[in-house]
Amino acid sequence: MEMETTISLLDIRPLVPELTMICVGLIVILLDLIVRKKEVVAIVGIAGTLVALYGTYKLYGFYEPQSAFSGMFVLDGYSNFFKLIFYLNIILTICISFKYMAIEKASFGEYYALLMFATTGMMIMASAADLIVLYLGLELMALSTYILAGITRKRQRSNEAALKYFFLGAFSSAFLLYGISLTYGLTGTTNLREIASALQTLDLNGSPIMYLGLIFMIVAFGFKIALAPFHMWAPDVYEGAPTSITAFMSVGPKAAGFAVLGRVLFGAFAGMQVQWASILIPMAVLTMAVGSIIALAQTNIKRMLAYSSIAHAGYMLLGVITGTTGGLMSTVNYLAIYLFMNIGAFAIVIMLRREGFQGENIEDYMGLSKSHPLASALMLIFMFSLAGIPPTAGFIGKFYVFMEVIKAGYVYLAIIAVAFSAISAFFYLRVVMYIYMKDPKEEVVLTRSPSMSIALAVTAMMVLILGIFPSFLLNLVRYSILG
Amino acid sequence: MTAPQLFFAYFAVMITVLSLLMITRRNPVHGVLWMLVLFVHIAGLYIFLNAEFLAAIQIIVYAGAILVLFLFVIMLLNLKKEETVKKFQKHWLVGVGTGIIFAVFSVSIVRKIEVFPQLGKYTIEAVKAEGNIMTVGKVLYTKYLLPFEIASVILLVAIIGAVVLAKKRIE
Amino acid sequence: MVPLSWYIILSAVVFSIGVIGFLTRRNLIMTFMSIELMLNSVNISFVAFSHYLQSMRGQIIVFFVIAVAAAETAIGLAIIIAYYKNNPTIKVDEINLLKG
Repeated sequence: MEMETTISLLDIRPLVPELTMICVGLIVILLDLIVRKKEVVAIVGIAGTLVALYGTYKLYGFYEPQSAFSGMFVLDGYSNFFKLIFYLNIILTICISFKYMAIEKASFGEYYALLMFATTGMMIMASAADLIVLYLGLELMALSTYILAGITRKRQRSNEAALKYFFLGAFSSAFLLYGISLTYGLTGTTNLREIASALQTLDLNGSPIMYLGLIFMIVAFGFKIALAPFHMWAPDVYEGAPTSITAFMSVGPKAAGFAVLGRVLFGAFAGMQVQWASILIPMAVLTMAVGSIIALAQTNIKRMLAYSSIAHAGYMLLGVITGTTGGLMSTVNYLAIYLFMNIGAFAIVIMLRREGFQGENIEDYMGLSKSHPLASALMLIFMFSLAGIPPTAGFIGKFYVFMEVIKAGYVYLAIIAVAFSAISAFFYLRVVMYIYMKDPKEEVVLTRSPSMSIALAVTAMMVLILGIFPSFLLNLVRYSILG
Repeated sequence: MTAPQLFFAYFAVMITVLSLLMITRRNPVHGVLWMLVLFVHIAGLYIFLNAEFLAAIQIIVYAGAILVLFLFVIMLLNLKKEETVKKFQKHWLVGVGTGIIFAVFSVSIVRKIEVFPQLGKYTIEAVKAEGNIMTVGKVLYTKYLLPFEIASVILLVAIIGAVVLAKKRIE
Repeated sequence: MVPLSWYIILSAVVFSIGVIGFLTRRNLIMTFMSIELMLNSVNISFVAFSHYLQSMRGQIIVFFVIAVAAAETAIGLAIIIAYYKNNPTIKVDEINLLKG
């Protein structure tokens, strides 16, 4: 299957956004040595991301598929939409981490550079059309996030989070490699499109070895997305990592994991839908159950949001299980909405953190509405959205996923999902109840900054706008995926 | 048994035994040393499979760089008292059971493997005519240029990460 | 001629030994070495497939896996050192600050 290939300079063109991100990451590190004000470094990071965003949008036509480097790298609507999510993720993360990292005494150039490298890894994952590129993109993302989780290295909790994340991540990537090796052995290729055609011509769809390889790959992606039973690391790591990084990794790696899951399952293994659905259905049910039920018992808000993000991964997985393009679209749509509501919620958590006060217990929110009505109202919006209560965007996301699941004939899955969704409303509303119906124990002082206000305004507005006028996002998703 | 099969049998037995020795050593330094012997045997297996370049890389990078890094860290942390405590976790039987079930399960599936796909052009003779390193290099710098560049970024991240996490003081 | 399946069985057995090491050892360094063992077992199967398929791809992948393993080792050991500085134990079952 190997053939002579030549690579010309033109092949670099689709990679311009990635190259921009890497270059800006390097500039950020160098700038950190010269500039004393760390705000400048962060702004350069945001500006670089905007340049990359411009590159993705304008230079290459948002929806036109292109491939480069002998078919290893593709640029299509699917990958571009995910890149949009990653750009927003990093910009919002930088906005909310500005003041916070200064309080944590870890605001230095490498922090922003590693955020950019991690995002580059995610972008490569979204564009990967070959398992080798996919693996390397995943490692680039993972290694950067391991470091970021442990970047406040004076704090024992941060050390421990990095340690747990690293060990389970490295363990899972060994499984990914094992899966890739079996796939390579059976099909003779690692290119996703060639795998799909080899599965047909060699009649491998029923092969148990192929099934084993697929299971190993799903296990590895499941680790990254935090699907039960591979979610054990998530609560610990989300609690221990700096909150801004928790926000970053609860969206970025999860979205990237779904990007490759969709690409691999729909692109290469579409013929084995029955087999992979039979693995993913129990995983999805377990994920929703673990996320919704264990979250009820949490007293730490970061831990609660960790279980909530596990539950959300379960809902998103339902769209993939259907095996239809509509299902995939509903998952992607959900991810975009999840980005705004989740980062918004973490932004409020970060605002409670100040010098000498963690502000991570749910009890710290008692009576917040008395002293800070605006922040309380925003938290109310985010909690309602996470719970999926109309007219917020969270409702739209869940609604479309459940519709597609019913359309594909998995009515029982939709019923289970609605039930768990109702259970999960309890712990979101508990936070709201603490804010509005309890008396304050002690006065809460919020740490404000202009960038934080921008991030909160953007996320809250998007949650409301997408909840009331969902058609804009839905059309964008439809055009991106269908072309 | 033919000569190549005997050859393989020696390597297979040695690799399995050495892996078992490695994971059961109490002292991490001994574990690293057994791993060194293990890597030499794996390199031998690579030569047996006509992958001379990888055999060299296996020795230079794995044995020469990675294992030395392990030794450095073990000595840096000075884990003297590790030798007096239990070496296995409390629930080690569960771990061993899981591993054995995993082994039996995966071996029973993969043992029927055969190569179905169409064979490539890199026959033993073709690779010999050009030399293994030349062939690998040509493929690596044309078709696999993109992964190669991504790997360079990964190594950059590793440098940054090691400095950020392990240097003395940040302020 | 050695059948391909022998190599793949060897790879699966060594991979399982790595899994056992990962699940049972208390010392973090040993746990980490078990992960390296798993990667090496996968490399064996890649090279074997590469040889039997007469394709170069497997060898190239192993090249990348070794490069990533080197990067992973550097970061992993740095994380272990950072942890050890604050908390002088590297026993798996004593790492329990984060629980709930």
